Amino acid sequence: MTPDTPKTESAGGSVPPLEVHDLTVAYHTQPVLWDVDLTLPEGRLIAIVGPNGAGKSTLLKAVLGLVTPITGWVKIYGAAYSQRRSWVGYVPQRESVDWDFPTSALDVVTMGTYGRVGWLRRPSRRHRELALSCLEKVGISELARRQISQLSGGQQQRVFLARALAQEAKLYLMDEPFAGVDATTEQAVLTLLKELRHEGKTVVAVHHDLQTVGQYFDYVVLLNMRLVAAGPVATTFTHENLQLTYGGRLTVLSEAAEAFLAQRSAGKED
Amino acid sequence: MVEFSYTLRNVMLGASLLGVMGGVVGSFALLRRQSLLGDALAHAALPGVCLAFLLTGQKSPPSLLLGATLAGVAGALFILVVVRWSRIKEDAAIGIVLSVFFAVGMVLLTRIQKLETGNQSGLDKYLFGQAATLVDDDLKWMSIVGAVVLLTVGLFFKEFKLLAFDNAFGASLGFPMRGIEVILTCLLVVVVVVGLQTVGVVLMVAALITPAAAARQWTDRLGIMVFLAAAIGGLSGAAGAVISASVERLPPGPTIVLVSSCALAVSLLFAPRRGLLWAYLRKRSVMARIRRENLLKDLYLMGERERGWSNFVSLSALMGLRGQGAREIERNAQPLLQQQLLEASRDDLRLTQAGFAEAQQVVRKHRLWELYLTRRLELPSDHVHRDAEAMEHALSEGAVAALEARLGFPKEDPHGRPIPPRRSR
Amino acid sequence: MTSAVVIQLVGGFVAASCALVGTFLVLRRMALLGDAISHAVLPGIVIAFLLTGSRAALPMVLGASALGVVTVFLVGVLNRSRRLYEDTSIGVVFPALFSVGVILVSRYASQVDLDLDCVLHGEIGLAPFDTLIIGGQSFGSKALWVTGGTLLLDLALVLLLYKELKIASFDPDLAAAVGFSPLLLHYLLMSAVSVTVVGSFESVGAILVVAMLVVPAATAYLFTNRLSTMLLLAVGIGVASSSAGYHFARWYDCSIAGAMAAAAGGFFVLGLLLSPRNGLIARAYVTKRLRERLNEQLVLLHLKRHGEAFPPPRASRTESVQERFGWSPSRWRHVVRRLEEQGLVERVGEDLQLTAAGARALEQTGTSVLAHCP
Repeated sequence: MTPDTPKTESAGGSVPPLEVHDLTVAYHTQPVLWDVDLTLPEGRLIAIVGPNGAGKSTLLKAVLGLVTPITGWVKIYGAAYSQRRSWVGYVPQRESVDWDFPTSALDVVTMGTYGRVGWLRRPSRRHRELALSCLEKVGISELARRQISQLSGGQQQRVFLARALAQEAKLYLMDEPFAGVDATTEQAVLTLLKELRHEGKTVVAVHHDLQTVGQYFDYVVLLNMRLVAAGPVATTFTHENLQLTYGGRLTVLSEAAEAFLAQRSAGKED
Repeated sequence: MVEFSYTLRNVMLGASLLGVMGGVVGSFALLRRQSLLGDALAHAALPGVCLAFLLTGQKSPPSLLLGATLAGVAGALFILVVVRWSRIKEDAAIGIVLSVFFAVGMVLLTRIQKLETGNQSGLDKYLFGQAATLVDDDLKWMSIVGAVVLLTVGLFFKEFKLLAFDNAFGASLGFPMRGIEVILTCLLVVVVVVGLQTVGVVLMVAALITPAAAARQWTDRLGIMVFLAAAIGGLSGAAGAVISASVERLPPGPTIVLVSSCALAVSLLFAPRRGLLWAYLRKRSVMARIRRENLLKDLYLMGERERGWSNFVSLSALMGLRGQGAREIERNAQPLLQQQLLEASRDDLRLTQAGFAEAQQVVRKHRLWELYLTRRLELPSDHVHRDAEAMEHALSEGAVAALEARLGFPKEDPHGRPIPPRRSR
Repeated sequence: MTSAVVIQLVGGFVAASCALVGTFLVLRRMALLGDAISHAVLPGIVIAFLLTGSRAALPMVLGASALGVVTVFLVGVLNRSRRLYEDTSIGVVFPALFSVGVILVSRYASQVDLDLDCVLHGEIGLAPFDTLIIGGQSFGSKALWVTGGTLLLDLALVLLLYKELKIASFDPDLAAAVGFSPLLLHYLLMSAVSVTVVGSFESVGAILVVAMLVVPAATAYLFTNRLSTMLLLAVGIGVASSSAGYHFARWYDCSIAGAMAAAAGGFFVLGLLLSPRNGLIARAYVTKRLRERLNEQLVLLHLKRHGEAFPPPRASRTESVQERFGWSPSRWRHVVRRLEEQGLVERVGEDLQLTAAGARALEQTGTSVLAHCP
């Protein structure tokens, strides 16, 4: 499989939610993403995996216009990000904010509506109700008035998800949504993602846990500065591709991923 | 009573205005971890004031204020450049701008003083905060700036909130976060510049940060925090002015700062929920409860070993268990005696019926938790005691009942000892 | 000794002492704590003055050190309570303490000799004339003795505790593991800062002592990674600043202390621009070169990949490549010209092709980025 033309299954010629071409991003002089070509299908749960420093978060940031690439461009549903902002929802890493900030869970989720509230105006009651319903969808509506530092890690993650839901997008970009959350939250997040897929939305998530890629996602992007492979999990999440991605640096935990693959190839599907 | 003179009126007005403006922009500076940027900007203003004077030959507020503002903006830019493009970290960058800009200001100031021998040139008041020299013109400018600040913050509140909380998210939504940051920084600069005369260079940072820090202790909502900061700042300013006028040789700037520092101290200690005093009292009460429960439990366990609870246990026997002193045990026993959970015969103690029931519940929690750890988490049975010692005080009745159900209503703990039944009520 | 010599010596001693402790402040990101201490020591000095009724050096130094410890303690307590951030703690503690000092001066000392102005910005010009008189004997400039003594103290601290300071500054966890308390070291260092600050008051005053603490050390930091070199450089730059400042002040007829600190700032700006490793100019140049190389490599890589997958003329037509990359025409032309000059690509009709030399260069690049190219 050549890395520059991953097989994609386009659903009847519709515009792909995300296209990346020749994307190269460097911080100062260090290349972080190199010549990445990617076309992602609609309506899937897509995992981006790769070792640390492989540029996974950077890829999301480049799509969102938060970092400027040296070369290449990004198209979202056929147009530039600046024209498709309202179609994209973003869930950053939990560490990216100071949770001691004086604000409530509901307040954070309402921020997801700011894009539609516009300049100089206040969020209306309609926006607040939307925010509350998003909190309900992630199962923590009773924590709406709670200050965010009083929330557990899993609850904080759900607040971030609810905020993205409040953006009412078609494409969701998530940076490690499963990192450091308890088992219950993990299930809740997974249920939410599956609901989104059921509604025809596309989810692209940077994922750190190789063991669960097969269970949670149906499409995978293997990244190590360059695109190693991209495609349905069944055909792309293979030994060889993992070796190429991690370059022999598969850790002990990843051996569980190997075990999963071995199990699967022996015919015992999970 | 103090005479409400013209000077006092001006100092009060100036101090209150600064307090309100400072509280508002200071709240955002504090939350963005830029508390000390205000310090740097205050020091950086001096060369601007001097240059403005040298170039225009006038001491009129607009030109001096403009000079100070431009210098402040230059200082902020310099910090940005240094941090972004060199290995110098933010604290050192602030320190460099603070001291070097001020030094340049000193050079110019002393030069000016040489040029106008005899006349202190009135530029000194920008350094030391001579609030008593505030005239109506100065107050006019302060009011204008204050109105602009309040209006801007009111209009851009959600944008500033985005900037302070999650800059990247704001950018992804399409807001021009760089521009918003510039606006906020400019607000900070003008507040600093216009307030210099009231509190002086060194104390300016307190005028910005102390009321905001105090306000933070009382609320978890940004809007309320900003409002409170303004209120505390304004009131401290007025109070400081009055106190300074009523006591001899008490300069207004430092007095105002001390008043707001007292407000901060009070807030830190006594604010509901966050207040340190309440936290300390809560902790003490929890510790005391733990100690009492342990005493009950110890007596129960002793009785279990003796196969009877009718004997009184001596103080020395209890002391041996946890290495506690007699005084300590007596202190723990006191409330238990009053609640009739224990009865005493001289120095010896014994569980009452009610005390027995209480002690049983503690032991029950301990043993259920040990069983949970060994069964569910598969920890070895000699590793679970320490954890259970802590959890037995923390588990609620509901949690324990759920635990028991989950474990299938067991009869014995990992060490073969019986698990007492739930309290029947 | 002429006054000029005395003044420069005093300035040099101050600069050197400040540079020695300031280096550690910069490395440990505590520059602003140093600034806070320089203001917060005021009440300590005033109380010492009021208690002893004189401006004797020792009580003032003790008072200042005590306040230095108090400041560090308060900031630490507030920060650890988690009710305030660290920079907020600094920003509320030192103004409060400074206000106490100002009020004490104003109420109890204004009629006497403790001049607030002087404390704030010193008057080094008087140094030669304020002589130290013990038992009727004149020992020369008092400032010289005080600043010289401070320098010796700081030198002793740095020399004796060099290893410990080094580890504690670069790796506090290791320091704790090895066995000496980073907290104790922290307080020792801050006490040294307090003493240095007091020792410098007479010369440059509180506000400008911060310049001498932070700026030469930061400048040195732009040039070296090694602690010993950084210390030497900081001291050297500090002394040079004080000398240069003095001469400028003589010429321009202005505050000597201000000129000294401004000179330090001037050296910093020079270092910022010119440092071979960290300077803005060097960085801009290196970044530009590396970006050029990156661009060139991208083109080479693209030609290789698409030359194999799609035979020319399709993918390697110059316009189509430029379009794919999203580069401006001038940028594209510039990169291609450089590649042609190096003989790595050649034009064949309207196409761009990799030369043999180009293909070899690509292989030799050997960066990990290419390792995953199957």
